[in-house]
Amino acid sequence: MSHAPIAPNWPARIAIALAALLALVTAIALAVTIGEMKIPLSTAFQALGNGVFNLGYPVSAIQQGVIFDYRLSRALLAALCGGTLALSGAILQALLRNPLAEPYILGISAGASTGAVAVMILGFGGTVLTLSGGAFLGAIAALAVVALLATGAGGSSDRVILAGVAGSQLFNAATATIVTTLANAEQARGVMFWLLGNFGGVRWPDVWVATPVALICFGICMLHAKVLDAFAFGADAAASLGVAVARVKIVLFATTAVMTATMVSIVGTVGFVGLVIPHAARFLVGPAHARLLPTCLVIGAIFMILADILSRILVPQQILPIGVVTALFGAPAFALILYRARRAT
Amino acid sequence: MTLAAHDIRWSAARKMIVDGVTLRAEPGRILGLIGPNGSGKSSLLRLLCRLRKVESGVVTLDDRDLATMARRDLARRLAFVEQQASTEVQLSVCDVVKLGRTPHRGALASWTDADEAAVEAALERVDMSERHDQLWHTLSGGERQRVHIARALAQEPRELILDEPTNHLDIQHQLSILALLRRLGVTCILALHDLNLASLFCDEIAVMHEGRVVASGTPSEVLTEDLISRVFGVAVSIRAGASGRRHIEYLIDPSDEGIAR
Repeated sequence: MSHAPIAPNWPARIAIALAALLALVTAIALAVTIGEMKIPLSTAFQALGNGVFNLGYPVSAIQQGVIFDYRLSRALLAALCGGTLALSGAILQALLRNPLAEPYILGISAGASTGAVAVMILGFGGTVLTLSGGAFLGAIAALAVVALLATGAGGSSDRVILAGVAGSQLFNAATATIVTTLANAEQARGVMFWLLGNFGGVRWPDVWVATPVALICFGICMLHAKVLDAFAFGADAAASLGVAVARVKIVLFATTAVMTATMVSIVGTVGFVGLVIPHAARFLVGPAHARLLPTCLVIGAIFMILADILSRILVPQQILPIGVVTALFGAPAFALILYRARRAT
Repeated sequence: MTLAAHDIRWSAARKMIVDGVTLRAEPGRILGLIGPNGSGKSSLLRLLCRLRKVESGVVTLDDRDLATMARRDLARRLAFVEQQASTEVQLSVCDVVKLGRTPHRGALASWTDADEAAVEAALERVDMSERHDQLWHTLSGGERQRVHIARALAQEPRELILDEPTNHLDIQHQLSILALLRRLGVTCILALHDLNLASLFCDEIAVMHEGRVVASGTPSEVLTEDLISRVFGVAVSIRAGASGRRHIEYLIDPSDEGIAR
């Protein structure tokens, strides 16, 4: 029997990848031009040329600053944030075999914010790296608490969600305790605003941290794409297909914790993206993870950029927290999934 | 040589579930495990395919200790069909069978001719080729079980372990699944509830009771009136059936209300 690989349809793949890239670039272009100060697309491209290649186009210093230092970094970080949260949701849904699993509902985001807030208020520097580190420790702690609660409660798929809800409450309470007892008024206001999710403070150093994290974690997830497919009938079925279940779970839970923690430490908690996008992606490309994961990354990125644009223009003269906008779309989608899950059983 | 257990033990919540079982499958033959609910059949099967770790004793495959084998090598040699495994993922029949190729493929390997041939052959052997593109959750219980067996066959195993593959199926599908297993010519170890089906289809039978194997041998050696009344607590009369195999008739006290009417 020959072992010749069946040639994948390369032209189609390249066409799809190019279309996805084009959609992403269009979304970023929209994000850069739309806002309180409307800027023509041509100026935006000139500013980009100035910023990256020092081309010296005649762009006013204010426009250059708004586009390059403010809106572009913000749009790129929104893309990274949406992509990685959607990716985390897809991974958690596959591993836990639960359509409602995602970092926000499972309390991982809450744990990450507790960690980040602790670093912010108790000191330790408060740079991007220490914040991310604190958030990562918080996320791992939350994962551990939720895993313990879930296994203690029988370990079934719905118990995991209940444990996640309990974990979220616990860590949100811890965050509130830290803020109310240890923070001064100004710190408290800043933390509360940040907790709801906010791209306002994003600058280039945040992008330089988030980009490698997103790319490396995406690579790790893609290496596990076939393994995630094998979880369709549960962990025992995966194990009997030769999957090292314990190792895979540790690696992938840690990967989702890293992605969630990095994003939470930069923009705060953003709910529902991890829940809704994987379902939309599955609807488009089916359940095979080799296709699902890159689709989640791209759709999540585009969704978050558009959500960020909405957050800036929905109420004139005011910026809504990004978590409010995603919840506006996410909550109805959540209800729909619950309703469908009930019908299926 | 094939799969064997040597004095294996396993407990859960401080209760011995599998208590010193020694067992040997014969190549190409069907070994049936029978026993009342909670006698440890499912746990024993899970120990035999290393889904649970034995606490003492060893399971060997061709005289190699199963615990020392890489999980992936094991999955290319031995396949397991769970009782009623289900999924909420929208998979087609073909997608499910393709999962059986997982242990044969690396993380970045693309789909090969050999993979495709194994999947098609597996579907052919369980007589589900025409259902190739049908969605898994639209299948009947018997069809689902066939697809699970096809998935297991796509692993190209020499040993197949099945946990009550006929559970919840009507009698026609029970018979057709067991006839299918006989035709495969793969070494099978399976748990069964129906004693007559065990008598009809198994080459050897091991009887489990409270975590121990209390009798093993050919169906005619094992299935005696005395043993069944001792293990299952029911009175039976055993005679040669039309197939030449033992047929078990359950004797019920006619004064028992509900039967008399």
